[in-house]
Amino acid sequence: MSETTETQTLPKDLAAEKGLVNVQIDGHWIQVPRGTRMIEACKQAAAEVPHYCYHPKLSSPGNCRMCMVQMGMPPRLAPGQDPEYNNEGYQDIGWMPRPVIACANTVAENMGIRTQGELVEKTREGVMEFLLINHPLDCPICDQAGECTLQEYSVEHGRGTSRFIEDKVKKPKNVDIGPRVNLDDERCVMCSRCVRFMDEVADDAVLGFTERGTHTTLTCHPDRKLDSNYGMNTIDLCPVGALTSKDFRFQMRVWFLKETKSIDVNCATGCNTTIWTRGSQVYRVTPRRNDAVNSEWMPDSHRLSFHKFQGNDRLTDPMVKADGKHEVSAWNQALDASAEALKQFDAAEVAIIASARMTNEELFLTKTLAQVLGTESIATVARDDQADGKLISADRNPNTQGVNLILGTEGSAGRLISIKNGLQDGKIKALVILQEDVFEAAEFTHDDLAGCELIISVAAVANHTAEASDIVLPSSSFAEKRGSMINVTGRLQRLNQALQPPGNAREDWEIIRDLTLKLAGEQNDLFIIEDVLKLLASSVKEFEGITFSKIGDQGLPLIDTGETIPLLEAEKQRINNGEIVG
Amino acid sequence: MADIQYLPGKEPHPREHRLIFKNIDRQGWDTSIATYIADGGYEQLKKAVKMEPGAITDEVKKSGLRGRGGAGFPTGVKWGFIPPNNTKPVYLICNCDESEPGTFKDRYIVHQDPHQLIEGMVISAFAVGSHTAYLYMREEFPAAAETMEAAIEEAREKGFVGKNILGTGFDLEIYVHRGAAAYICGEETGLIESLEGKRPYPRIKPPYFPAALGLYMAPTIVNNVESLCHVKHIIEMGSDAYAKLGVERNTGTRILCVSGDVKKPGYYEVQVGTLTMRELLYDICGGPKDGREFKAVIPGGSSSKILRCDETFKIGRGEDAKDLDFWDIQMDFDTLAACGSMAGSGGVIVLDDSRKMSWVLNNINHFYAHESCGQCTPCREGNGWMKKLSDRIVNGEAAPEDIQTLEDVAYQIDGKTICAFGEASSWPVEAIIAKFRDELTAETSENNQYLSKEQLQREEFLTQ
Repeated sequence: MSETTETQTLPKDLAAEKGLVNVQIDGHWIQVPRGTRMIEACKQAAAEVPHYCYHPKLSSPGNCRMCMVQMGMPPRLAPGQDPEYNNEGYQDIGWMPRPVIACANTVAENMGIRTQGELVEKTREGVMEFLLINHPLDCPICDQAGECTLQEYSVEHGRGTSRFIEDKVKKPKNVDIGPRVNLDDERCVMCSRCVRFMDEVADDAVLGFTERGTHTTLTCHPDRKLDSNYGMNTIDLCPVGALTSKDFRFQMRVWFLKETKSIDVNCATGCNTTIWTRGSQVYRVTPRRNDAVNSEWMPDSHRLSFHKFQGNDRLTDPMVKADGKHEVSAWNQALDASAEALKQFDAAEVAIIASARMTNEELFLTKTLAQVLGTESIATVARDDQADGKLISADRNPNTQGVNLILGTEGSAGRLISIKNGLQDGKIKALVILQEDVFEAAEFTHDDLAGCELIISVAAVANHTAEASDIVLPSSSFAEKRGSMINVTGRLQRLNQALQPPGNAREDWEIIRDLTLKLAGEQNDLFIIEDVLKLLASSVKEFEGITFSKIGDQGLPLIDTGETIPLLEAEKQRINNGEIVG
Repeated sequence: MADIQYLPGKEPHPREHRLIFKNIDRQGWDTSIATYIADGGYEQLKKAVKMEPGAITDEVKKSGLRGRGGAGFPTGVKWGFIPPNNTKPVYLICNCDESEPGTFKDRYIVHQDPHQLIEGMVISAFAVGSHTAYLYMREEFPAAAETMEAAIEEAREKGFVGKNILGTGFDLEIYVHRGAAAYICGEETGLIESLEGKRPYPRIKPPYFPAALGLYMAPTIVNNVESLCHVKHIIEMGSDAYAKLGVERNTGTRILCVSGDVKKPGYYEVQVGTLTMRELLYDICGGPKDGREFKAVIPGGSSSKILRCDETFKIGRGEDAKDLDFWDIQMDFDTLAACGSMAGSGGVIVLDDSRKMSWVLNNINHFYAHESCGQCTPCREGNGWMKKLSDRIVNGEAAPEDIQTLEDVAYQIDGKTICAFGEASSWPVEAIIAKFRDELTAETSENNQYLSKEQLQREEFLTQ
C-alpha cells in the first residue's frame, strides 16, 4: 500500500498563474495584478482611501499623508524555515505598528491592508487637524465649497472641533497667477497636484513652491504667468479652493448646478465634458475622464467656448424677410414659406451648405433633405488649423468623420468651391445653409451671393449669413441638443441635452425634419432623436445596431481612422515607465 | 602616536583614541597635500586600488563600521544595496551638510584635514564603482569649500583624483557642491534633490532608495564625512584590527561633540562604547560648572530623546533584563537605543540645573519649525504648531491642557512623515514632556484660557 501525499494548491500559486497576488483588505481577500498600488487595490475592494496629493494621472510624491493605512506582511522567515499556512492557505499577517502611504506602495503576495481601525483613524484625524489649523475656513465665500475634499474629509475623518487657538499663518490671497486662474494661498494644502500637472502634462512648469515649513507658498515662476491653454485643469485638480476659475468665480454655488455628461465640439478630438447648468444658463464646462479621448483634461479655449452661445445675439424666433427687413414669424409659417420658396427652383439650382459641426443625426436628415430636393450640391466647410500636440486636433470640426460616413463628402472642399462657382455663374440660385456662417467660415463675399435668389439658414446665433438670409430658422447650441459625433480616432460619442433652446428656437434635427416633411408633403414618423438614429443605423452600415445607450457615456470605437491623440500617447509612455498609474 | 604634538590647550584627553582626528589641532599641520603625504597620506589609496573593489566592501562590512551621520546604519551593507545587474552610473555622495544642532565634528575634517576625506572618498568610490563623486558642503562652510576644492586640485596633480588614478585605469571626478542653508539637505534624498537643482524635498522610500534610485535615478551611495574617513583607516588597519576597537556591534572610534553645561566642552574621539556617561561628563569633560548639577543630556544631536541624569533604564529582555543607571550608559549605538534614545550624530548636549526645560523645548521647536521643508502635512503644520504652543509655555501664557495638546501634536507627527525629520522634531518633544511634565506644567496656569467656552462645549458634545 503506497502512501500518497496530496499537495494542496495554495492561493498564492493560483493567483501567480494569472499574474495576480492575494491581498487582504479589511479582512477580505481579493486578487489584484502584481504591482498594483495599494490605494487602487483598496478601491477595487470598495474600501476607498481618502487622499489629496495622489492622482492616477500624475506622479506620486506621497506628501499629503492622508492615504495612510496599516500594512501587514507574513513574518520574515529564518534561513531554512518553511512558511506556515493557515486553513485557508494564507500565511498569518504581522501588522506593522506604523502606518504607510497607500498611494505609492504596491501590493505583494499575502499582504494585509487595513483602511480602518484605531491606527488609521487616528492618523487621518491628525492629518485633517493639521490641514485645518492654518486654513482660513472661509467656506461660505469659497467657490470650492460643495466639491471640496477638505470639507468632505472633515466630515468623514475630522475631529469636528479645533484645539488650535494660535494665530493662523498669513499668506497671499487673491493672487493673480494667470489670465484664467486665481490663487488663494491660505486655502492651499500643498498637495502639489497643480505643480505636477503643469510640469508633467502641460509641459510648462510655471508653478512651484517658495518659502518653507508652515510658510510654504504656491507661486508662479517670476516673470511668468499660468497662461498655458491647459492651465484651467489645475482648477479641477485642486482638491480645495486654492485655485479657482476667474470665469466661474462667485457666479454660482456648485450644489445648485445640474451636471450633464457631454462632449466638446471645438475640434475633432471631442474631449469628454460635464456641462454645469442652472435654469437656462451654462455656468461652466469641465473635462470628464475618458482614457480613450482626453484622459482627464481639456484645453481652456474649448472649456470657455460655451460663452458664445450665451450672449444677446441668440436667435429665438423664426424670421422671414419682407421688404428687406426680418419679421418675427411663427414656425409653421416660416417652414411653409421655406418649402414654398424652395419649390420654385429646379433641383440643380438648389445647394445645401451643411456643417461638420452637425451631429450624425442632423447630417443624416440633411441627406434626406437633399434627396427630397433632388440636389447633389451638398458641401460642408472645412476648418483646419494648427494641432497643439496635446488634445487640440488640426481639424477644428468635431464631426468630420460623421460627414465622411453619412454624406460621403470626401473632398467636400471641392464641392464647396463648385457651389461658390455655381453661385457666381448663376447656376445656383437657392441656398440652404445649416449651422454655418458662410462669410466667416467659407469666406464667401456678398458678391458671391449677389445672384442668389433665396437663402434659408438654420442658425443659433445672429451672424452675417443669417442677416443675408430670406428665412432664418433659430436652432440650438451644443448644450441644447442630443446627438452623436465621431471623433478623430473614429470613436462614436454622445452629446446630451443640458438646456432647452432659448425662446422658440428648436433643435436642429427637428427643423431639418420639418422642412423635409413640408417639401415632401409626408407624415412624420420621427418623433424623438432615437428614431433618427434608428433610421441612420439601418441606412449606414457602420452604424448598424447602434443606439444611444450603446454609445454610453464613454463612447465606442466605430471606425478606425489610424489617427492618435498625442497627449494620450505621452500618457501611455508614462504608464509604461511606471511613472503614473494612468 | 606619541610623536604627534598638538597645539597648546588642544591636546587630546588620555582616554581619547584618535584616528579621524589625528591631525586636528596638530602642531605644524596644514591642509597641503605635501604635509599629508609626508605623514603617510594616500598610502591606503595605493593599497586599495590593488584590491578587488568587492574585497574593500567586504572589509568595510567586516569592520562593523556604522554610519556616523545619525542613523548608524552599517556602511558596508549600504554599499551592498547597489543592484547587482546595474548598468547605470553609480554616484558617491559625501554628506557634509552637518547641521544637526550639537554636532560639530565634520567641520574640523573639512577645514583641517581635507586629504583624509579625499582619500576616504576615492577608496570608497573605487569600492562601489563610482566615477563621479559629490561633496555636498553646507552653505555655512564657505572656507571649507575652498579648502576642499584646493585639496582636490592638489590631489588631481598627484594623480589621486581624475583620470586613470595611480595608473590603474580608474577614473573619479569629485565635485564640491555648496548647499543653500537648509537642514533638510542633510537628509539623503533631500540632498539628492538639492543636488539635482530642485527644492530639497525628501523622496518617498519605497521606491526611491538611493542605492537603487538615487541621483538622476541612478544608484547612489550617500555617506557621512566621518564614515568615509573611517574607510581609509579600515584599509590601513585591516577590518579585524579595526573591529577590535570599540565594543561588539559598535566598532571603531567616533567623535563625540560635547556642548553645553560642562567645564570642558569640545570634541573627543573615543572608542565606541568604551566610555560611560559618567566618564565622559566627569572624567573627560570636567564635570558640571561650579555650583551646578547635571540635569539632563541630549546624547546624539538635538533630535535624539533627552535622558534625565536621575533616570534608570530597563535594558534587555527576559532573563538578560537589567537596570541601567544613567551614569553607567555606554556611549554606543545599541545601549543608547535601548535607553530609548539614540547615538545619532554624536552631538552630546549637556544641561545643568540652571536650564528651564520649557526653554530647551521651545528652542528645539523653533529650530525644527524653521527647518521643516514643508513638503508633507504633519511635519509642515505640526512643527509650526508645536512652536506656537511652546512659545506660550515659555511666556507663561499656557494652560495646563496645552501640555497634553503639545504631546498629542508630537505623536501626530511621529511616524507619519515622508522622511525622518518627523521623528527628529517630535522625539525631543515627546521625551521632554514625558520626563519633565511636572516642570512644564508648573509653568502653565489655570488662569490661562485653554479653549473658548464654545470650543469646550463642542469638545464635550463630540466626546459624549
